[in-house]
Amino acid sequence: MATEPAISVADLHHAYGTRPVLRGVDLDVAPGTVFALLGPNGAGKTTVVKILSTLVRADAGRLRVAGHDLATEPDAVRAAIGVTGQFSAVDGLLTGTENLQLMADLHHLPRARGRARTRELLEQFDLADAAGRPAGSYSGGMRRRLDLAMTLVGTPELIFLDEPTTGLDPRSRRDLWTTVRALVQTGVTVFLTTQYLEEADQLADDVGVLDGGRLVARGSPAHLKTLVPGGHVRARFAGHDDLAAAAGAVPAGVPDPDALTLQVPATGVPDLRALLDRLDAAGAAPDELTVHTPDLDDVFLALTGHATSTETTREVPAP
Amino acid sequence: MTAPTLAARPVTHPVADSLTMVRRRLVHMRRYPSLTIMLIGQPIVFLLLFAFVFGATMGAGLAGPGGGRTDYLVFITPTILLMTVASVALATALAVATDMTEGIVARFRTMAIARVSVLTGHVVGAVIQTAIALAVVLAVALLLGFRTGAGPLAWLGVVGVLALATVALTWFTVALGLAAGSVETASNTPMFLLLLPFLGSGFVTTDSMPAGLRWFAEHQPFTPIIDTLRGLLTGAPDLAAPAAAAVAWCVVITAASYLWAKRLYARRTDS
Repeated sequence: MATEPAISVADLHHAYGTRPVLRGVDLDVAPGTVFALLGPNGAGKTTVVKILSTLVRADAGRLRVAGHDLATEPDAVRAAIGVTGQFSAVDGLLTGTENLQLMADLHHLPRARGRARTRELLEQFDLADAAGRPAGSYSGGMRRRLDLAMTLVGTPELIFLDEPTTGLDPRSRRDLWTTVRALVQTGVTVFLTTQYLEEADQLADDVGVLDGGRLVARGSPAHLKTLVPGGHVRARFAGHDDLAAAAGAVPAGVPDPDALTLQVPATGVPDLRALLDRLDAAGAAPDELTVHTPDLDDVFLALTGHATSTETTREVPAP
Repeated sequence: MTAPTLAARPVTHPVADSLTMVRRRLVHMRRYPSLTIMLIGQPIVFLLLFAFVFGATMGAGLAGPGGGRTDYLVFITPTILLMTVASVALATALAVATDMTEGIVARFRTMAIARVSVLTGHVVGAVIQTAIALAVVLAVALLLGFRTGAGPLAWLGVVGVLALATVALTWFTVALGLAAGSVETASNTPMFLLLLPFLGSGFVTTDSMPAGLRWFAEHQPFTPIIDTLRGLLTGAPDLAAPAAAAVAWCVVITAASYLWAKRLYARRTDS
Protein backbone atom coordinates (compact mmCIF):
# COMPACT_ATOMS: atom_id res chain seq x y z
CA MET A 1 0.00 0.00 0.00
CA ALA A 2 2.77 2.40 0.95
CA THR A 3 4.60 1.81 -2.30
CA GLU A 4 1.55 2.14 -4.56
CA PRO A 5 1.68 5.36 -6.57
CA ALA A 6 -0.87 8.02 -5.69
CA ILE A 7 -1.73 8.15 -9.38
CA SER A 8 -0.98 5.54 -11.95
CA VAL A 9 -1.90 6.04 -15.58
CA ALA A 10 -1.19 3.51 -18.30
CA ASP A 11 -1.98 3.92 -21.97
CA LEU A 12 -4.62 6.61 -21.51
CA HIS A 13 -6.55 7.45 -24.64
CA HIS A 14 -9.35 9.92 -25.05
CA ALA A 15 -11.12 11.63 -27.92
CA TYR A 16 -13.79 14.30 -28.13
CA GLY A 17 -15.92 13.00 -30.97
CA THR A 18 -13.47 12.06 -33.67
CA ARG A 19 -10.74 14.42 -32.48
CA PRO A 20 -8.16 12.54 -30.40
CA VAL A 21 -7.00 14.54 -27.38
CA LEU A 22 -4.90 11.99 -25.52
CA ARG A 23 -3.06 9.38 -27.53
CA GLY A 24 -1.42 7.05 -25.05
CA VAL A 25 -0.30 8.77 -21.87
CA ASP A 26 1.62 6.89 -19.18
CA LEU A 27 2.58 8.39 -15.86
CA ASP A 28 3.01 7.61 -12.16
CA VAL A 29 2.94 10.05 -9.28
CA ALA A 30 4.54 9.03 -5.98
CA PRO A 31 2.60 9.80 -2.78
CA GLY A 32 3.55 13.03 -1.06
CA THR A 33 5.09 14.60 -4.16
CA VAL A 34 4.13 17.39 -6.53
CA PHE A 35 3.68 16.44 -10.15
CA ALA A 36 3.34 19.20 -12.72
CA LEU A 37 1.76 18.55 -16.09
CA LEU A 38 3.08 21.13 -18.45
CA GLY A 39 1.78 21.91 -21.89
CA PRO A 40 0.48 24.56 -24.27
CA ASN A 41 -3.20 25.43 -24.51
CA GLY A 42 -5.12 22.57 -26.05
CA ALA A 43 -2.50 19.96 -25.21
CA GLY A 44 -5.02 17.99 -23.18
CA LYS A 45 -3.92 18.95 -19.64
CA THR A 46 -7.42 19.76 -18.44
CA THR A 47 -8.75 16.57 -20.01
CA VAL A 48 -6.24 14.56 -17.98
CA VAL A 49 -7.40 16.29 -14.79
CA LYS A 50 -11.07 15.80 -15.68
CA ILE A 51 -10.49 12.11 -16.26
CA LEU A 52 -8.43 11.56 -13.11
CA SER A 53 -10.94 13.50 -10.98
CA THR A 54 -13.87 11.36 -12.27
CA LEU A 55 -15.51 14.17 -14.28
CA VAL A 56 -14.95 12.50 -17.62
CA ARG A 57 -14.74 8.79 -18.39
CA ALA A 58 -11.63 7.85 -20.36
CA ASP A 59 -12.03 6.04 -23.66
CA ALA A 60 -9.25 3.62 -22.76
CA GLY A 61 -6.48 3.17 -20.23
CA ARG A 62 -5.67 1.53 -16.91
CA LEU A 63 -6.11 4.21 -14.30
CA ARG A 64 -5.70 4.09 -10.54
CA VAL A 65 -6.07 7.08 -8.26
CA ALA A 66 -5.43 7.02 -4.50
CA GLY A 67 -5.32 3.23 -4.57
CA HIS A 68 -8.64 2.78 -6.36
CA ASP A 69 -9.59 1.86 -9.87
CA LEU A 70 -11.16 4.86 -11.60
CA ALA A 71 -13.54 2.80 -13.69
CA THR A 72 -14.92 0.54 -10.97
CA GLU A 73 -14.64 2.61 -7.78
CA PRO A 74 -15.17 6.25 -8.73
CA ASP A 75 -16.83 7.07 -5.41
CA ALA A 76 -13.83 5.77 -3.47
CA VAL A 77 -11.62 7.98 -5.62
CA ARG A 78 -13.92 10.96 -5.02
CA ALA A 79 -13.71 10.41 -1.26
CA ALA A 80 -9.91 10.68 -1.40
CA ILE A 81 -9.39 13.63 -3.72
CA GLY A 82 -9.95 17.37 -3.82
CA VAL A 83 -10.17 19.36 -7.05
CA THR A 84 -9.62 23.02 -7.77
CA GLY A 85 -10.48 23.50 -11.41
CA GLN A 86 -9.57 26.18 -13.85
CA PHE A 87 -12.88 27.93 -13.38
CA SER A 88 -13.84 29.16 -10.00
CA ALA A 89 -15.99 26.59 -8.22
CA VAL A 90 -17.35 28.76 -5.45
CA ASP A 91 -20.99 29.66 -4.95
CA GLY A 92 -21.11 33.39 -5.58
CA LEU A 93 -24.34 33.94 -3.65
CA LEU A 94 -23.05 32.23 -0.51
CA THR A 95 -20.62 33.91 1.87
CA GLY A 96 -17.12 32.56 2.40
CA THR A 97 -18.24 30.88 5.63
CA GLU A 98 -21.34 29.39 3.98
CA ASN A 99 -19.31 28.02 1.08
CA LEU A 100 -16.96 26.24 3.47
CA GLN A 101 -19.85 25.10 5.66
CA LEU A 102 -21.53 23.68 2.54
CA MET A 103 -18.43 21.60 1.88
CA ALA A 104 -18.32 20.49 5.52
CA ASP A 105 -21.98 19.38 5.27
CA LEU A 106 -21.33 17.48 2.05
CA HIS A 107 -18.38 15.74 3.71
CA HIS A 108 -20.75 14.90 6.59
CA LEU A 109 -18.44 16.37 9.18
CA PRO A 110 -20.03 16.58 12.61
CA ARG A 111 -21.41 20.09 13.20
CA ALA A 112 -18.77 21.26 15.66
CA ARG A 113 -15.92 19.88 13.58
CA GLY A 114 -17.34 21.47 10.45
CA ARG A 115 -17.47 24.85 12.17
CA ALA A 116 -13.95 24.48 13.54
CA ARG A 117 -12.59 23.44 10.13
CA THR A 118 -14.33 26.39 8.49
CA ARG A 119 -12.81 28.86 10.95
CA GLU A 120 -9.39 27.26 10.63
CA LEU A 121 -9.40 27.47 6.82
CA LEU A 122 -10.72 31.06 6.78
CA GLU A 123 -7.82 31.95 9.05
CA GLN A 124 -5.25 29.97 7.05
CA PHE A 125 -6.32 31.50 3.75
CA ASP A 126 -6.52 35.02 5.08
CA LEU A 127 -10.26 35.24 4.45
CA ALA A 128 -11.48 35.82 8.01
CA ASP A 129 -12.28 39.49 7.34
CA ALA A 130 -14.30 38.67 4.24
CA ALA A 131 -15.96 35.57 5.73
CA GLY A 132 -19.38 37.21 5.97
CA ARG A 133 -19.45 38.64 2.45
CA PRO A 134 -20.91 36.82 -0.57
CA ALA A 135 -18.12 35.17 -2.55
CA GLY A 136 -19.38 36.94 -5.66
CA SER A 137 -17.91 40.17 -4.30
CA TYR A 138 -14.42 38.69 -3.82
CA SER A 139 -11.39 39.63 -5.91
CA GLY A 140 -9.87 37.02 -8.23
CA GLY A 141 -7.16 36.12 -5.74
CA MET A 142 -9.62 35.80 -2.85
CA ARG A 143 -11.92 33.62 -4.92
CA ARG A 144 -9.05 31.33 -5.78
CA ARG A 145 -8.06 31.10 -2.12
CA LEU A 146 -11.63 30.29 -1.11
CA ASP A 147 -11.77 27.75 -3.92
CA LEU A 148 -8.67 26.00 -2.61
CA ALA A 149 -9.89 26.22 0.98
CA MET A 150 -13.13 24.49 -0.11
CA THR A 151 -11.08 21.76 -1.73
CA LEU A 152 -9.29 21.19 1.58
CA VAL A 153 -12.35 20.98 3.86
CA GLY A 154 -12.45 17.20 3.57
CA THR A 155 -8.66 16.87 4.13
CA PRO A 156 -8.04 15.06 0.83
CA GLU A 157 -4.93 12.94 0.45
CA LEU A 158 -4.55 13.95 -3.18
CA ILE A 159 -5.41 17.29 -4.73
CA PHE A 160 -5.70 18.33 -8.34
CA LEU A 161 -4.94 21.93 -9.21
CA ASP A 162 -5.82 22.81 -12.79
CA GLU A 163 -3.92 25.96 -13.73
CA PRO A 164 -4.27 27.27 -10.19
CA THR A 165 -2.52 30.59 -10.76
CA THR A 166 -3.84 31.52 -14.21
CA GLY A 167 -5.04 35.09 -14.02
CA LEU A 168 -3.55 35.81 -10.61
CA ASP A 169 -1.25 38.73 -9.88
CA PRO A 170 2.36 37.85 -9.01
CA ARG A 171 1.85 38.25 -5.29
CA SER A 172 -1.21 36.01 -5.16
CA ARG A 173 0.70 33.51 -7.25
CA ARG A 174 3.56 33.45 -4.75
CA ASP A 175 1.13 33.11 -1.85
CA LEU A 176 -0.46 30.14 -3.54
CA TRP A 177 2.92 28.52 -4.07
CA THR A 178 3.63 28.89 -0.37
CA THR A 179 0.30 27.24 0.39
CA VAL A 180 1.00 24.32 -1.93
CA ARG A 181 4.43 23.78 -0.37
CA ALA A 182 2.87 23.78 3.10
CA LEU A 183 0.31 21.21 1.94
CA VAL A 184 3.01 18.91 0.62
CA GLN A 185 4.72 19.16 4.01
CA THR A 186 1.66 17.52 5.53
CA GLY A 187 1.94 14.56 3.18
CA VAL A 188 -0.61 15.57 0.55
CA THR A 189 0.07 14.60 -3.06
CA VAL A 190 -0.42 17.39 -5.57
CA PHE A 191 -1.14 17.02 -9.27
CA LEU A 192 -1.02 20.37 -10.97
CA THR A 193 -1.27 21.59 -14.52
CA THR A 194 0.29 24.80 -15.60
CA GLN A 195 1.41 26.83 -18.57
CA TYR A 196 3.99 28.58 -16.43
CA LEU A 197 7.34 26.89 -16.48
CA GLU A 198 8.45 28.88 -13.50
CA GLU A 199 5.59 27.40 -11.52
CA ALA A 200 6.62 23.84 -12.36
CA ASP A 201 10.22 24.75 -11.57
CA GLN A 202 9.20 26.23 -8.20
CA LEU A 203 6.84 23.51 -7.03
CA ALA A 204 7.26 20.23 -8.80
CA ASP A 205 9.35 17.22 -7.89
CA ASP A 206 8.49 15.77 -11.21
CA VAL A 207 7.36 17.31 -14.49
CA GLY A 208 5.63 15.81 -17.49
CA VAL A 209 5.49 17.75 -20.75
CA LEU A 210 2.29 17.07 -22.66
CA ASP A 211 2.09 17.91 -26.34
CA GLY A 212 -0.15 16.58 -29.05
CA GLY A 213 -1.80 14.12 -26.69
CA ARG A 214 1.43 12.48 -25.58
CA LEU A 215 3.99 12.98 -22.85
CA VAL A 216 7.03 14.16 -24.74
CA ALA A 217 9.29 14.40 -21.71
CA ARG A 218 9.32 13.35 -18.13
CA GLY A 219 11.65 14.05 -15.19
CA SER A 220 12.63 16.47 -12.46
CA PRO A 221 12.96 20.12 -13.49
CA ALA A 222 16.74 19.86 -13.12
CA HIS A 223 16.89 16.82 -15.35
CA LEU A 224 14.67 18.35 -17.98
CA LYS A 225 17.07 21.25 -18.22
CA THR A 226 19.85 18.86 -19.17
CA LEU A 227 17.82 18.01 -22.26
CA VAL A 228 18.57 21.33 -23.91
CA PRO A 229 22.01 22.65 -24.77
CA GLY A 230 23.69 24.76 -22.12
CA GLY A 231 23.42 28.49 -21.70
CA HIS A 232 24.48 31.12 -24.14
CA VAL A 233 25.41 34.74 -24.38
CA ARG A 234 23.73 37.00 -26.87
CA ALA A 235 25.62 40.08 -27.96
CA ARG A 236 23.90 42.83 -29.90
CA PHE A 237 25.90 45.15 -32.10
CA ALA A 238 25.40 48.64 -33.48
CA GLY A 239 25.81 47.68 -37.14
CA HIS A 240 26.49 44.96 -39.67
CA ASP A 241 30.24 45.70 -39.78
CA ASP A 242 30.66 45.12 -36.07
CA LEU A 243 28.58 41.95 -36.28
CA ALA A 244 30.70 40.64 -39.15
CA ALA A 245 33.91 41.41 -37.26
CA ALA A 246 32.59 39.70 -34.14
CA ALA A 247 31.43 36.65 -36.09
CA GLY A 248 34.87 36.41 -37.64
CA ALA A 249 36.54 36.52 -34.22
CA VAL A 250 34.19 33.99 -32.62
CA PRO A 251 33.65 31.06 -35.00
CA ALA A 252 31.36 29.24 -32.52
CA GLY A 253 28.89 32.11 -32.61
CA VAL A 254 25.71 32.10 -34.65
CA PRO A 255 25.04 35.52 -36.15
CA ASP A 256 21.54 36.83 -36.75
CA PRO A 257 21.87 39.70 -39.26
CA ASP A 258 18.26 40.86 -38.80
CA ALA A 259 18.54 41.28 -35.06
CA LEU A 260 22.22 42.28 -35.28
CA THR A 261 23.04 39.69 -32.65
CA LEU A 262 25.59 36.98 -32.20
CA GLN A 263 24.65 34.00 -30.07
CA VAL A 264 27.58 32.23 -28.46
CA PRO A 265 27.43 29.09 -26.30
CA ALA A 266 28.70 29.94 -22.82
CA THR A 267 28.08 28.33 -19.49
CA GLY A 268 30.14 30.24 -16.96
CA VAL A 269 32.11 33.34 -16.10
CA PRO A 270 35.38 32.06 -17.74
CA ASP A 271 33.52 31.54 -21.02
CA LEU A 272 32.10 35.00 -20.79
CA ARG A 273 35.48 36.57 -20.02
CA ALA A 274 37.10 34.77 -22.96
CA LEU A 275 34.33 35.96 -25.25
CA LEU A 276 34.69 39.59 -24.21
CA ASP A 277 38.48 39.39 -24.67
CA ARG A 278 38.02 38.11 -28.21
CA LEU A 279 35.47 40.75 -29.07
CA ASP A 280 37.80 43.44 -27.70
CA ALA A 281 40.66 42.12 -29.78
CA ALA A 282 38.46 42.23 -32.88
CA GLY A 283 37.41 45.79 -32.09
CA ALA A 284 33.73 44.86 -32.03
CA ALA A 285 32.29 46.17 -28.75
CA PRO A 286 28.72 44.94 -28.21
CA ASP A 287 25.98 47.43 -27.45
CA GLU A 288 24.18 44.99 -25.25
CA LEU A 289 24.98 41.65 -23.71
CA THR A 290 22.47 39.17 -22.32
CA VAL A 291 23.43 36.01 -20.46
CA HIS A 292 20.94 33.22 -20.83
CA THR A 293 20.87 30.17 -18.57
CA PRO A 294 18.61 27.36 -19.71
CA ASP A 295 15.24 27.21 -18.01
CA LEU A 296 12.16 25.13 -18.53
CA ASP A 297 11.10 27.51 -21.30
CA ASP A 298 13.98 26.26 -23.38
CA VAL A 299 13.09 22.69 -22.57
CA PHE A 300 9.53 23.33 -23.47
CA LEU A 301 10.28 25.00 -26.77
CA ALA A 302 12.90 22.45 -27.69
CA LEU A 303 10.58 19.57 -26.89
CA THR A 304 7.28 20.77 -28.22
CA GLY A 305 9.00 22.17 -31.31
CA HIS A 306 10.25 18.71 -32.30
CA ALA A 307 8.09 16.30 -30.46
CA THR A 308 5.13 16.33 -32.80
CA SER A 309 7.27 15.08 -35.69
CA THR A 310 9.48 12.58 -33.86
CA GLU A 311 6.70 11.20 -31.70
CA THR A 312 9.02 9.67 -29.16
CA THR A 313 9.02 9.97 -25.42
CA ARG A 314 12.36 10.89 -24.06
CA GLU A 315 12.84 9.14 -20.77
CA VAL A 316 14.97 11.03 -18.35
CA PRO A 317 17.02 8.70 -16.18
CA ALA A 318 16.38 9.02 -12.49
CA PRO A 319 19.17 10.68 -10.54
CA MET B 1 -3.77 10.35 5.57
CA THR B 2 -7.21 8.87 5.34
CA ALA B 3 -7.46 5.33 6.60
CA PRO B 4 -7.81 3.03 3.60
CA THR B 5 -10.75 1.19 5.16
CA LEU B 6 -12.62 4.45 5.37
CA ALA B 7 -12.02 5.39 1.77
CA ALA B 8 -12.68 1.89 0.46
CA ARG B 9 -16.35 1.91 1.35
CA PRO B 10 -17.70 5.38 0.83
CA VAL B 11 -21.36 5.60 1.67
CA THR B 12 -23.45 8.18 -0.09
CA HIS B 13 -26.10 10.00 1.90
CA PRO B 14 -28.77 10.99 -0.63
CA VAL B 15 -31.17 12.43 1.94
CA ALA B 16 -28.59 14.42 3.91
CA ASP B 17 -26.98 15.66 0.69
CA SER B 18 -30.33 16.67 -0.78
CA LEU B 19 -31.18 18.60 2.39
CA THR B 20 -27.84 20.39 2.16
CA MET B 21 -28.69 21.36 -1.43
CA VAL B 22 -32.17 22.54 -0.38
CA ARG B 23 -30.57 24.76 2.25
CA ARG B 24 -28.26 26.11 -0.43
CA ARG B 25 -31.18 27.03 -2.69
CA LEU B 26 -33.07 28.65 0.20
CA VAL B 27 -30.02 30.77 1.04
CA HIS B 28 -29.87 31.81 -2.63
CA MET B 29 -33.50 32.85 -2.37
CA ARG B 30 -32.77 34.95 0.70
CA ARG B 31 -29.61 36.44 -0.81
CA TYR B 32 -31.37 37.42 -4.00
CA PRO B 33 -34.78 38.63 -2.78
CA SER B 34 -35.46 40.79 -5.83
CA LEU B 35 -35.94 37.64 -7.92
CA THR B 36 -38.38 36.17 -5.41
CA ILE B 37 -40.26 39.46 -5.26
CA MET B 38 -40.45 39.58 -9.04
CA LEU B 39 -41.68 35.98 -9.20
CA ILE B 40 -44.45 36.67 -6.72
CA GLY B 41 -45.08 40.13 -8.16
CA GLN B 42 -45.73 38.83 -11.66
CA PRO B 43 -48.93 36.87 -10.84
CA ILE B 44 -50.07 39.65 -8.51
CA VAL B 45 -49.79 42.16 -11.35
CA PHE B 46 -51.90 39.86 -13.53
CA LEU B 47 -54.39 39.52 -10.71
CA LEU B 48 -54.71 43.30 -10.27
CA LEU B 49 -54.82 43.90 -14.00
CA PHE B 50 -57.58 41.40 -14.64
CA ALA B 51 -59.58 42.24 -11.53
CA PHE B 52 -59.57 46.02 -11.92
CA VAL B 53 -58.93 46.78 -15.58
CA PHE B 54 -60.83 43.96 -17.27
CA GLY B 55 -62.85 42.70 -14.33
CA ALA B 56 -66.18 44.48 -14.82
CA THR B 57 -66.41 43.85 -18.57
CA MET B 58 -65.18 40.27 -18.39
CA GLY B 59 -67.43 39.51 -15.46
CA ALA B 60 -70.45 40.82 -17.38
CA GLY B 61 -69.40 38.74 -20.38
CA LEU B 62 -69.08 35.59 -18.34
CA ALA B 63 -72.14 35.61 -16.16
CA GLY B 64 -74.39 37.93 -18.12
CA PRO B 65 -75.47 41.45 -17.09
CA GLY B 66 -75.63 40.46 -13.42
CA GLY B 67 -71.96 39.42 -13.32
CA GLY B 68 -69.24 41.78 -12.26
CA ARG B 69 -65.80 42.34 -10.89
CA THR B 70 -66.19 39.98 -7.92
CA ASP B 71 -67.50 37.12 -10.05
CA TYR B 72 -64.53 37.53 -12.34
CA LEU B 73 -62.11 37.59 -9.41
CA VAL B 74 -63.47 34.23 -8.32
CA PHE B 75 -63.16 32.99 -11.90
CA ILE B 76 -59.48 33.97 -12.33
CA THR B 77 -58.05 33.29 -8.86
CA PRO B 78 -57.39 29.59 -9.63
CA THR B 79 -55.69 30.68 -12.86
CA ILE B 80 -53.50 33.15 -11.01
CA LEU B 81 -52.56 30.47 -8.49
CA LEU B 82 -51.41 28.19 -11.30
CA MET B 83 -49.54 31.09 -12.91
CA THR B 84 -47.76 31.56 -9.59
CA VAL B 85 -46.60 27.95 -9.81
CA ALA B 86 -45.39 28.56 -13.38
CA SER B 87 -43.70 31.81 -12.37
CA VAL B 88 -41.57 30.12 -9.69
CA ALA B 89 -40.86 27.30 -12.14
CA LEU B 90 -39.30 29.87 -14.49
CA ALA B 91 -36.82 30.70 -11.77
CA THR B 92 -36.01 27.02 -11.35
CA ALA B 93 -34.98 26.75 -15.00
CA LEU B 94 -32.79 29.78 -14.45
CA ALA B 95 -31.24 28.45 -11.24
CA VAL B 96 -30.48 25.04 -12.78
CA ALA B 97 -28.96 26.56 -15.92
CA THR B 98 -26.85 28.94 -13.83
CA ASP B 99 -25.62 26.05 -11.72
CA MET B 100 -24.64 24.05 -14.77
CA THR B 101 -22.58 26.87 -16.23
CA GLU B 102 -20.72 27.49 -12.99
CA GLY B 103 -17.82 25.54 -11.62
CA ILE B 104 -19.59 24.65 -8.39
CA VAL B 105 -21.50 21.73 -9.94
CA ALA B 106 -18.27 20.34 -11.38
CA ARG B 107 -16.92 20.47 -7.83
CA PHE B 108 -19.96 18.59 -6.52
CA ARG B 109 -19.39 15.93 -9.13
CA THR B 110 -15.82 15.31 -7.97
CA MET B 111 -17.10 14.72 -4.43
CA ALA B 112 -18.50 11.52 -3.00
CA ILE B 113 -22.05 12.84 -2.78
CA ALA B 114 -25.30 11.47 -4.16
CA ARG B 115 -25.37 12.77 -7.73
CA VAL B 116 -29.08 13.39 -7.91
CA SER B 117 -28.98 15.56 -4.76
CA VAL B 118 -28.14 18.62 -6.87
CA LEU B 119 -31.43 18.19 -8.75
CA THR B 120 -33.57 17.10 -5.81
CA GLY B 121 -32.23 20.12 -3.92
CA HIS B 122 -33.60 22.36 -6.65
CA VAL B 123 -36.95 20.55 -6.76
CA VAL B 124 -37.57 20.54 -3.01
CA GLY B 125 -36.33 24.13 -2.71
CA ALA B 126 -38.67 25.16 -5.53
CA VAL B 127 -41.64 23.46 -3.88
CA ILE B 128 -40.98 25.43 -0.67
CA GLN B 129 -40.57 28.63 -2.66
CA THR B 130 -43.82 27.94 -4.53
CA ALA B 131 -45.72 27.30 -1.30
CA ILE B 132 -44.61 30.68 0.04
CA ALA B 133 -45.50 32.42 -3.23
CA LEU B 134 -48.95 30.77 -3.32
CA ALA B 135 -49.67 31.88 0.24
CA VAL B 136 -48.81 35.49 -0.61
CA VAL B 137 -50.82 35.52 -3.84
CA LEU B 138 -53.83 33.93 -2.16
CA ALA B 139 -53.63 36.52 0.62
CA VAL B 140 -53.73 39.30 -1.98
CA ALA B 141 -56.72 37.68 -3.70
CA LEU B 142 -58.54 37.52 -0.37
CA LEU B 143 -57.75 41.18 0.26
CA LEU B 144 -59.24 42.05 -3.12
CA GLY B 145 -62.46 40.35 -2.17
CA PHE B 146 -62.02 36.74 -3.29
CA ARG B 147 -64.38 34.59 -1.25
CA THR B 148 -65.14 30.90 -1.48
CA GLY B 149 -67.54 28.57 0.17
CA ALA B 150 -65.10 25.69 -0.18
CA GLY B 151 -64.93 23.34 2.80
CA PRO B 152 -61.82 21.72 4.27
CA LEU B 153 -62.07 18.75 1.90
CA ALA B 154 -62.24 21.00 -1.15
CA TRP B 155 -59.26 23.01 0.14
CA LEU B 156 -57.35 19.78 0.62
CA GLY B 157 -58.11 19.02 -3.01
CA VAL B 158 -56.87 22.47 -4.06
CA VAL B 159 -53.63 21.98 -2.14
CA GLY B 160 -53.24 18.51 -3.66
CA VAL B 161 -53.77 19.67 -7.24
CA LEU B 162 -51.43 22.64 -6.76
CA ALA B 163 -48.81 20.34 -5.24
CA LEU B 164 -49.02 17.94 -8.18
CA ALA B 165 -48.82 20.82 -10.66
CA THR B 166 -45.84 22.28 -8.78
CA VAL B 167 -43.89 19.03 -8.85
CA ALA B 168 -44.72 18.52 -12.54
CA LEU B 169 -43.76 22.04 -13.66
CA THR B 170 -40.68 22.07 -11.44
CA TRP B 171 -39.24 18.85 -12.89
CA PHE B 172 -40.18 20.13 -16.34
CA THR B 173 -38.26 23.36 -15.83
CA VAL B 174 -35.35 21.51 -14.22
CA ALA B 175 -35.11 19.58 -17.50
CA LEU B 176 -35.44 22.80 -19.53
CA GLY B 177 -32.69 24.37 -17.44
CA LEU B 178 -30.45 21.39 -18.12
CA ALA B 179 -31.30 21.36 -21.82
CA ALA B 180 -30.55 25.08 -22.23
CA GLY B 181 -27.01 25.73 -23.33
CA SER B 182 -26.93 29.09 -21.61
CA VAL B 183 -28.59 31.04 -18.82
CA GLU B 184 -30.21 33.35 -21.41
CA THR B 185 -31.86 30.43 -23.20
CA ALA B 186 -33.04 29.04 -19.88
CA SER B 187 -34.73 32.32 -19.01
CA ASN B 188 -36.58 32.46 -22.35
CA THR B 189 -37.69 28.92 -23.21
CA PRO B 190 -40.12 28.39 -20.30
CA MET B 191 -41.90 31.69 -21.00
CA PHE B 192 -44.67 29.86 -22.89
CA LEU B 193 -45.80 28.49 -19.53
CA LEU B 194 -47.11 31.96 -18.68
CA LEU B 195 -48.94 32.12 -22.01
CA LEU B 196 -50.72 28.77 -21.76
CA PRO B 197 -53.40 29.90 -19.25
CA PHE B 198 -54.50 32.49 -21.83
CA LEU B 199 -54.85 29.80 -24.49
CA GLY B 200 -57.04 27.74 -22.19
CA SER B 201 -59.82 28.18 -19.69
CA GLY B 202 -57.74 30.59 -17.60
CA PHE B 203 -59.41 33.91 -18.33
CA VAL B 204 -62.41 33.09 -20.50
CA THR B 205 -64.48 29.98 -21.10
CA THR B 206 -63.21 27.86 -23.96
CA ASP B 207 -66.59 27.77 -25.74
CA SER B 208 -66.14 31.45 -26.63
CA MET B 209 -63.11 30.59 -28.79
CA PRO B 210 -62.89 29.83 -32.55
CA ALA B 211 -62.85 26.10 -33.37
CA GLY B 212 -59.09 25.48 -33.81
CA LEU B 213 -58.05 27.43 -30.76
CA ARG B 214 -60.88 25.89 -28.79
CA TRP B 215 -59.66 22.41 -29.63
CA PHE B 216 -56.16 23.32 -28.43
CA ALA B 217 -57.52 25.00 -25.30
CA GLU B 218 -59.55 21.97 -24.34
CA HIS B 219 -56.68 19.55 -24.85
CA GLN B 220 -53.79 21.34 -23.20
CA PRO B 221 -52.78 20.46 -19.61
CA PHE B 222 -53.50 23.84 -17.99
CA THR B 223 -57.22 23.71 -18.81
CA PRO B 224 -58.18 20.62 -16.74
CA ILE B 225 -55.92 21.81 -13.87
CA ILE B 226 -57.60 25.23 -13.83
CA ASP B 227 -61.06 23.69 -14.24
CA THR B 228 -60.43 21.37 -11.30
CA LEU B 229 -59.15 24.17 -9.04
CA ARG B 230 -62.05 26.41 -10.05
CA GLY B 231 -64.57 23.64 -9.51
CA LEU B 232 -63.19 22.86 -6.05
CA LEU B 233 -63.26 26.52 -5.02
CA THR B 234 -66.75 27.24 -6.39
CA GLY B 235 -68.29 23.94 -5.40
CA ALA B 236 -69.04 22.68 -8.91
CA PRO B 237 -71.00 19.40 -8.83
CA ASP B 238 -69.12 17.01 -11.10
CA LEU B 239 -65.34 17.27 -11.24
CA ALA B 240 -64.44 13.68 -12.04
CA ALA B 241 -63.50 14.30 -15.68
CA PRO B 242 -61.29 17.40 -15.31
CA ALA B 243 -59.77 16.08 -12.08
CA ALA B 244 -58.77 12.81 -13.70
CA ALA B 245 -57.31 14.66 -16.69
CA ALA B 246 -55.43 17.08 -14.38
CA VAL B 247 -53.91 14.29 -12.31
CA ALA B 248 -53.00 12.31 -15.44
CA TRP B 249 -51.32 15.32 -17.04
CA CYS B 250 -49.35 16.08 -13.86
CA VAL B 251 -48.19 12.48 -13.46
CA VAL B 252 -47.20 12.19 -17.12
CA ILE B 253 -45.35 15.52 -17.14
CA THR B 254 -43.56 14.65 -13.89
CA ALA B 255 -42.49 11.21 -15.05
CA ALA B 256 -41.38 12.32 -18.52
CA SER B 257 -39.56 15.39 -17.20
CA TYR B 258 -37.86 13.42 -14.43
CA LEU B 259 -36.52 10.89 -16.91
CA TRP B 260 -35.54 13.60 -19.35
CA ALA B 261 -33.78 15.60 -16.62
CA LYS B 262 -31.97 12.53 -15.35
CA ARG B 263 -30.73 11.69 -18.81
CA LEU B 264 -29.63 15.26 -19.51
CA TYR B 265 -27.87 15.47 -16.16
CA ALA B 266 -26.05 12.21 -16.76
CA ARG B 267 -25.05 13.35 -20.22
CA ARG B 268 -23.80 16.71 -19.03
CA THR B 269 -21.90 15.11 -16.17
CA ASP B 270 -20.33 12.39 -18.28
CA SER B 271 -19.16 14.19 -21.36
